[in-house]
Order: sequence, then structure tokens, then C-alpha cells
Amino acid sequence: MISKILSPEFGHFTLALACCLAGAQFIIPLMGSKVKNNRLMALASPLAWGQFFALALAFACLITAAITDDFSVQNILQNSAADKPLLYKITGVWGNHEGSILLWAFILAFFGAIVSAYSEHLPLSLRAKVIAIMGGSAAGFELFCLTTSNPFLRVWPAPLDGQGMNPLLQDPGLAFHPPILYMGYVGFSVPFAFAVAALLEGKVDAAWGRWVRPWTVLAWALLTCGIALGSWWSYYVLGWGGYWFWDPVENASLLPWLTGTALLHSALVVEKREALKVWTILLAIGTFSLSLSGTFLVRSGILNSVHAFASDPARGVFILLLLAVISGGALLLFAWRAPTLTQTGIFTFFSREGSIVLNNILLCTMAAVVLTGTLYPPFIQLINGQTLSVGKPFFDNALIPIALVLFLAMAIGPVIAFKKGNLKQTAKTLSVAALISIPCIIIAFIYLHQILPSLATGLCVWIILSACSDFIKHIALFKTSLGNTINRMAGLPRSFYATYIAHIGVAITVLGIVGMAASQQKIVEVPINTTIHLAGYDWTLTNITDRQGPNYIATEAVIKVSKDGQPITWMVPARHYFQRQQQVVTDVAIHTNFVSDLYAVLGDSKNSTQATPLFVLRLHYNPLAPWIWIGGLIMTIGGFITLTDRRFRVGSPAHRKKAKDI
Amino acid sequence: MQDITRRRLLWSLPFATAAVAGGGFLAMLSRLRKGNFDPREINTPILNKPIPSFTLADQPPSTGFNQQELQQQTKPVLINFFASWCIPCLTEMGVLQQLSSHIAIWGIAYKDKPDAVAGFLQRNSNPYRRIGQDPDGSVGIDWGLSGVPESFLIMPGGIIKWHYPKPLTATSTKTLLSFVQ
Repeated sequence: MISKILSPEFGHFTLALACCLAGAQFIIPLMGSKVKNNRLMALASPLAWGQFFALALAFACLITAAITDDFSVQNILQNSAADKPLLYKITGVWGNHEGSILLWAFILAFFGAIVSAYSEHLPLSLRAKVIAIMGGSAAGFELFCLTTSNPFLRVWPAPLDGQGMNPLLQDPGLAFHPPILYMGYVGFSVPFAFAVAALLEGKVDAAWGRWVRPWTVLAWALLTCGIALGSWWSYYVLGWGGYWFWDPVENASLLPWLTGTALLHSALVVEKREALKVWTILLAIGTFSLSLSGTFLVRSGILNSVHAFASDPARGVFILLLLAVISGGALLLFAWRAPTLTQTGIFTFFSREGSIVLNNILLCTMAAVVLTGTLYPPFIQLINGQTLSVGKPFFDNALIPIALVLFLAMAIGPVIAFKKGNLKQTAKTLSVAALISIPCIIIAFIYLHQILPSLATGLCVWIILSACSDFIKHIALFKTSLGNTINRMAGLPRSFYATYIAHIGVAITVLGIVGMAASQQKIVEVPINTTIHLAGYDWTLTNITDRQGPNYIATEAVIKVSKDGQPITWMVPARHYFQRQQQVVTDVAIHTNFVSDLYAVLGDSKNSTQATPLFVLRLHYNPLAPWIWIGGLIMTIGGFITLTDRRFRVGSPAHRKKAKDI
Repeated sequence: MQDITRRRLLWSLPFATAAVAGGGFLAMLSRLRKGNFDPREINTPILNKPIPSFTLADQPPSTGFNQQELQQQTKPVLINFFASWCIPCLTEMGVLQQLSSHIAIWGIAYKDKPDAVAGFLQRNSNPYRRIGQDPDGSVGIDWGLSGVPESFLIMPGGIIKWHYPKPLTATSTKTLLSFVQ
């Protein structure tokens, strides 16, 4: 029944409707602010909601078609099949180009709607402009969807079964990685809209900084989570034993993360000191532009990447046009209007603001390095036809030294006072952390025999300990009564906790990365009942069996792992053969105790017809590997805690002023 | 020049940068459409050129070689970069085995440990006449290596005639042998 109502044609219609509403959402409020008509400006919010509901219906139609196996829809035919598990029928909707663009537009409309819900206290003309800018970008994406990537196209005659989905994508980690990642990318459209609105208004003040910050934090937290999920997926699905490959598409997600992290901090200076205004506006524009260009690069086929979307130059031209209008337009406006913004705040170099300037310089340098490394190969090929690839050695050599300076500063920054820091007091707070971190570097060097990872280890300890010692100083632990300490703990602003939790998250991720640098691995080709020694563990291949899965045949190896004769675990790495796609997907076996991972992959077995067949096994011992994603999760949690801070919760600007006075 | 104009010019630098990048992308897209731009293509900078200069230490069970020795060969030689840690190399061994009766194959063990390579060759029966070590991958860089396995056909005199940046297959072997005969 429901599939009759939510038909693909209805979806197509609601998509077109959403596009029209988004166009109106762009034009009407801007006209209203031009002619100073409050009624026209007030239309922004209902239009944003209307666009959101229309797009939600369109999205529901596509999901309905996927669930009901409507193979007359080209998109479902190409990416689904009757025997695909239900979860992947739903998540498969955004596992392809057309569906993912619809998801992108849907999330953009969703952010437009929640911005209008949470911005009632904003000045009417600023609010109208922010929502209008969001509507404009959404209209562009919906037009893109309608003209070059329509997910609702029908085919005739309708085949009985679909062509199936890439088995690699049939995984819960990948089912939720794109929506969260997109929410991060698209979330940066809100700071972007605020930046463009501020340029149109010609005014940036502390209140603007306070409004834009929670949206930046939200987008940043979602992007962090999305990147961490993607990296985790590549670790446990691809079976290459790595977690980050400097693939152009990975870099495309790292770029807005780096500039978004810079934005997150610089907006704080706007809020506190009304300084760095022009820079913050540029970062907001740049971050969303980088999110957009990431999408462009992935879908145009310009970059050589493992993330192969069905790329099409015609689509590339459309997105490039969209980028030119959105980012190019914003940057032109920036060039024209930014010089008229007045700078007021003053601060000395040794202050919280000063440390944030350093943070911004370092993060943006890292972003510039990643951007150069990513775009160098296509541009070199364009200019002189030479093909080359830029990989890990370049990024490691160029980024690690900058990152080390950043880690050094990360611990000091939050301890320094705003406006003018006290060198002596800061040094006192940090002295214990420094005293413990230096021996840590030496100990790490004894184990790792490499200078840079050892320095990174020491600096991570430094970040964690200095956070702890600043916390102890603030709650006056052991210096006052216990009750007083608890009162002080409860009285500390949430953003205080959030900062340190996020910073500790970074340190934990970096420790994980350093640990992975010391990982050990072995590739062996062995018959059944052979024991392999790796990293102090005995890995015994005990059996190989075949099993029928829902839409694949699995070959499973059973490995018994023991240490010093004590059994630790049984691991079952497998290979899944999907008949429909004639594709083999490795199913990695991972045993984790949250300090290290045992990681086993079953490789291609040849000569299985021989009397004693040999099986290829790849075994890894990955110390601290789980910390990479645990750290990402902690950063995300830190971001969400900031959102609950009283500054952002308190209602209207009038209330806020009072809160500030206290 | 007025102060505001100067500042406007300064602040249009981000736009200018973005415009240059956008122009580059547009050029790539139009060439992609015409089919003369392939980001996945791997062309060897030294194809149809003399081999670079190098010297490789012995890799047991065979002996290493250098530029002069390779140049002085009177018959074509297939240079094959491989490694014991590379699973595609393992699958390629069968093809190399068959090929070794038609052409001399010289191996270069790329970023590998001598023991690991010796064990690998023992398990997979060695198709190589000579094997040299490239432990830090620096010879690979001079050859413009994109990864392992990668094969280069060297004609007498030391000219690189053909190049295959993937595991050799039955079809690619045919192309290779057509150059030799």
C-alpha cells in the first residue's frame, strides 16, 4: 500500500518541490531584507521547514522503493538485489552516487530546519539571511540531483532482480559512516551561512561568535566521528592492516576537519575578544568550500582513489559550477566586504588568544600541506603529463614536525589566561606534567628506537597530564575541604571539561597512531596444523571450513592463539565469495583487549587441489590500535559536551548579557 | 592607492587562489571528457630510454647485478620487482615460472629482508636467474616504480622497451613475448 503512495514519481515530484521551496527560501528573505519587509524575512523559517518536509518525503520514497525491491527504478536495479539483507537495502540507498547526493541535500535541508528552530532569538535580518544562504546552497544541490543524478529514473521493461551492491559496502560500519560524515560536511554550511550573512550585514561582533560556535562544534564533532568510523571500517573490513592510507578521498575529509578545528578555536576569540573576525569569516567560508570540493573531487573522477563512485565528467562540471557560485561568490563578497569590518580586540602574544593564533597557523599549515599533496599529482599531470603519486612518506615528513609543535602548544594554550597570560603561573601549573613527560620520551625511545614517535609519545603524556594538573588546580584538590572541591568541580563550566576531554581524545588517538607504528606482521603460506610465532603469541591454524551465508559462501579458517602455552582466543578470519558479483571480500578476525589488537586475515589460497593444501595467512600484532578510534570517540564526546555549556543553552541575547556579567 | 582598495586587493587573494584551482579543475574535466586525461594511468618516465645507473647486492640464492651487466646482455631480459610481503607477487609466481623458459628473468627484491626473500623463493620455486637486493627502495625510485610487482622488459643495449605495473597475466605475457620474438 505504502509503496503506492510513496511512489518514485511522488519522490521525483517532492524533490522538485523541495528545489522550488529552497529557491524561494533563498530569494524571498534576501529580498525582504533589501526592502526591509519583516513579513518577507519571517517567511524564511516556514520555507526552510517546507523544504525539509518535501525532501524527507522524497527520501522516504527512495527508501520505500529499495525495501519493496522495485527494480523498475534504475537506481535500485543497479545497486540492490532481492536477496540483500534488509539493513543494507535501506543503507544501500546512500551507497551510490544518486542516493548519496539526495542524502546530502536532505541533511542540508535538515540543518536549515534546525537552524531556523534554534535561531528565534537572533536579529530578524541576520536570521533571514542565514536561512536564505542555506536555502541557496540546498537549491543548488537539489537542482544537481534533478538534472544529472536523478535517483527516481525508471527503466522499462523492469527486470526480475537487481544487479546487487558491492559486497564491501555490506557492512554496518559503512552503513552509518556516510550519513555521519555528510552531517559533518554539511554541518559546516551553517558557519558558512553565518559568515556570508555577517558579510552581507557588514557586522561581526561577540554575539555573532557565540551564535556560530555551537554549530561549528556540532559539525566538527560529527565530522570527527564520521572520519573515525571510516578509518575504523577500512581497518577491519579492507584487511590491509592499516587505518589511514592518504587516499585523496580520505584527505578530502581531513582538510575540512583541519580548517574546521581552526575555526572552532578562532570563533572563540571572536566571542571573547572581538578579534580575528576577518580570519574567522575566511575560515568558515574555506571550511565549507573544502567540504564541497571534496565531494566534487570524489565524483568528478579527477582523483585516482579507491573510493570509486560512478564518476562522470558531466556531473563534475555541474558540481564545479555549483562550487564556483557558492564558494566563489562567498570569496568575492569576502574580498569586497571584509576590509570594511573593524577590528577591536587587543591581546598580548602570551595569552589564550595568542595560543589560538598559533593553533590556527599550525592547523592551516597542515591543511595546506595535505591540500598540496592531494592536488599535486592531478595538476602535474595536467601541466606536463607526468604521472606520479604522493603518499605516506611525504605526508609523514611534512606533517609530523608541525603536529609535534601543535601538541606542545595544545597543552599550554588552555592553561594560559585570556587577554594577558601570566608566564610564571602557567609554568607552575605545567611543571609537574613537564617533569613526567621528559622521562616518558626517553622510555619511549628505548622501546621504539625512533625519535619522532618517541617525542609524540612524550607530548601526548604532556597533554594528558597538563590537563589533569590544571583540573586539580581549579578544583583545589587537597588544598581545601573535600566538599569545597566537589562544589568547585560542579561549578566549572562545561566548556572547561569539553576542552580537556577533546584534547585528551587527540592525545589518545596520537598514542594509538604511534603504537601502530610499532606493529608487527607476518605473511605465511602454511598447511593446516601449523603454528606461527608472532609478537610472543603462538598462532595455530587448526581448520578450514566452508559455510553458506545469506548471499555468499564463506571459507573460514580457525586459528587458535595462545601465549606461553595459555590459550588466549580462537580467531576465525574468513573469505566471503559473493556469487552475484563474483567478488571475494575478506572478513578480518580481530581480537582486542583495548590495549592491543591481534589481527588475522585469510589470504588467497592457491593449489588447494594438492594433497596438503597451503593457505595464506596474514597476521598482525597492533599495539594500541583501538586507541585511534577510542580517541576519536572521546573527541566527539568532548564536542557534544561543549554544546551543553550554559553559554549556548541560555535563551535570548538579553539573557546572555546577564549571564556574562555574573 | 586608497587603503581600502589595497585591503580589498589583499583580501581577494583567497578568491584568486580558488579561481586558479577552479580553472585547473575545469581543464582536467574537459580533457577527461575528450579522453586524454586519465588519473589512473601509470606511465613510466623512463620508457624507451636507457636504464638508470644502479648496483644491487647479492640476494641468496642468486647473485646481484648492476647497470653495466644488464646493458651487456645480448638477449632481452625481464626485470621483475617483487617482495615476499606482497600477496599479488605470490600469485604472479606461477606466471613467472612458465615465462622463465622463454626469457631470462632477473629479480629485484624490493624493500625486503634477505632471509624473508630466501624463504619466499624456497616455498615458491625460484624463477629468477639473478636476484639483487633493493632494501631501502632507492633503486625502485630511479626506475619510477609504482609498486610491486612491476616488470620491465630490457632490450640488448639496455633500453626499456615495455613496462607492466601489475602482476603479469596470460594476456600481458603474450604482449611481452611479442616484443621478444
